[in-house]
Amino acid sequence: MRSDRGPLSLRLAAIGGLLFLHLPILLIFLYAFTTEEKSYQFPPPGLTTKWFGVALWERPDIWPPLLLSLKVAAISTALALILGTLAAAAMSRARFFGRDQVTLLILLPIALPGVITGMSLRSAFGILDIPFSTWTIVLGHATFCIVIVYNNAVARLRRLSGGILEASADLGANGFQTFRHVLLPNMGSALLAGGMLAFALSFDEVIVTTFTAGQQSTLPIWMLNELVRPRQRPVTNVVAVVVFCATFVPILAAFYLTRGGSETAGSGK
Amino acid sequence: MTVAVEFHSVSRHFGPIRAVDGVDLAIEEGSFFAMLGPSGSGKTTCLRLISGFEKPSSGTIRIFGEDVSDTPPNRRNVNTVFQDYALFPHMNVRDNVAYGLMVKGMRRTERLAQAEEMLALVKLEGYGDRKPAQLSGGQRQRVALARALVNRPRVLLLDEPLGALDLKLREAMQDELKALQIRLGLTFVFVTHDQHEALSMADRLAVFNEGKIAQIGTPQEIYDRPRTRFVADFVGSSNVLPPALTRALGGPEAWSSLRPEAVRLVGAGPVTGTVTALRYLGSGTRVMLDTDDGTGIAALVPAGQPLPEEGARVALAFDPAALHVMEGAP
Repeated sequence: MRSDRGPLSLRLAAIGGLLFLHLPILLIFLYAFTTEEKSYQFPPPGLTTKWFGVALWERPDIWPPLLLSLKVAAISTALALILGTLAAAAMSRARFFGRDQVTLLILLPIALPGVITGMSLRSAFGILDIPFSTWTIVLGHATFCIVIVYNNAVARLRRLSGGILEASADLGANGFQTFRHVLLPNMGSALLAGGMLAFALSFDEVIVTTFTAGQQSTLPIWMLNELVRPRQRPVTNVVAVVVFCATFVPILAAFYLTRGGSETAGSGK
Repeated sequence: MTVAVEFHSVSRHFGPIRAVDGVDLAIEEGSFFAMLGPSGSGKTTCLRLISGFEKPSSGTIRIFGEDVSDTPPNRRNVNTVFQDYALFPHMNVRDNVAYGLMVKGMRRTERLAQAEEMLALVKLEGYGDRKPAQLSGGQRQRVALARALVNRPRVLLLDEPLGALDLKLREAMQDELKALQIRLGLTFVFVTHDQHEALSMADRLAVFNEGKIAQIGTPQEIYDRPRTRFVADFVGSSNVLPPALTRALGGPEAWSSLRPEAVRLVGAGPVTGTVTALRYLGSGTRVMLDTDDGTGIAALVPAGQPLPEEGARVALAFDPAALHVMEGAP
């Protein structure tokens, strides 16, 4: 008999930990349907779907933050895809003095607390007299989005056998053809995964955004403000449910795209 | 004769490392040329200089008379079979083979037809739809070969293409490669560290050591008349005799080499020694002995002949014509 199960106590602890982490999410869902709008009373006195209608038709203040968040996430992701991929290609190919230090600098924004990134960007905007705009938010988000894409791209490049790029050149392909026919098809899923993660991260970012947004409200900031108001609280939960579903799908897709993948990796051997 | 590839005092230095150092060579069109040497001897760098993935630090390389110093790999009419095959993992076998034709802009139906033809040449009909991951090592090797040959290169470069195959498959592929080369009349430049492979397949070979060519010639020349101790030792596990011993055996006072199969063991003679080990090889037995002046010598005793025991005292005899005096002493 092979025992591939852990001891009972460990399993219980693991299950307990997972419940502790994920039950609150279910509460968010639950309160989107509650009939009580002033405080989060448990258990809810009754269930209703009317808040979805309210959010959709009676609350025009939801839409500008949502659009702003989508716009910022899209631009940051696009920027990250370009810059992150280029950085990854450069770092995986070149060997130069100070390479490790540059790698650290690229990775730093994601290790740095958001407050530090936010404060430093805010003071930089202040010194340079740059007014807050969509672009200042994008700049803040791009710092960590680039790292996400970079990490995905570097991991994939490392697994690709470098020989296939040489093989392509050997067979007569120019640089663009090699990129188009060999590099891109082998990097595609990694870039897609990186892009989706970057989009999801940017979409719900609060800390850096509070420092770089000025008077503008992105969706997460709108939600934060909404929670302290006593009216129509479940509307916030409705928005949260929608955001959860919208970000969960790309994250799940990214997970499946980068999983395994040995068949897309190196050839030979 | 036409010279396919010509090196004129070509060097490639990586910082202080002289990977290729002042190499001169000429490879004749339609010949099977082998570059033989231990790892790090510069043979692979030489191949990459021909394919264009390395640029010479000094010297000139000509391919069919044309100076290719400034020609990038994709504009040279040479193709490579890479050591790890480097097949494109995301394409099926047919698209892999057709790749070179595709980037040249050939129409799809035409290039796929040519790819099929090439797959038939390497005996892989019906494998076109598979992915490289679904093939065995030997099959991948054939795909890599077809992918290179479909471009009708004037020179085909092979970088230890048989290294990853097991012995039986390797021998079969050696025969096939040789047959293919003769049939197509192509110039093959073959890099290997396996002396048997080089000797059995090449028309001419260059033995590399520390970035330089130690000797260049036909397999027979190199096997029978090694120019240096390195060549004698590397190419055939030959006996290398110091000047004093050469003299005692009746030669001039110079370094010489003697093939193990030319050495006979007799009862009495000018040079005697003690048997230290016996190694059974199937077709014969390799007898290791130490001469009285301390030189280790190997003798190959064919199967069926009487063998001395370990520790026995024996004398050496040999065919004087087999004793080869080397010009380059070290």
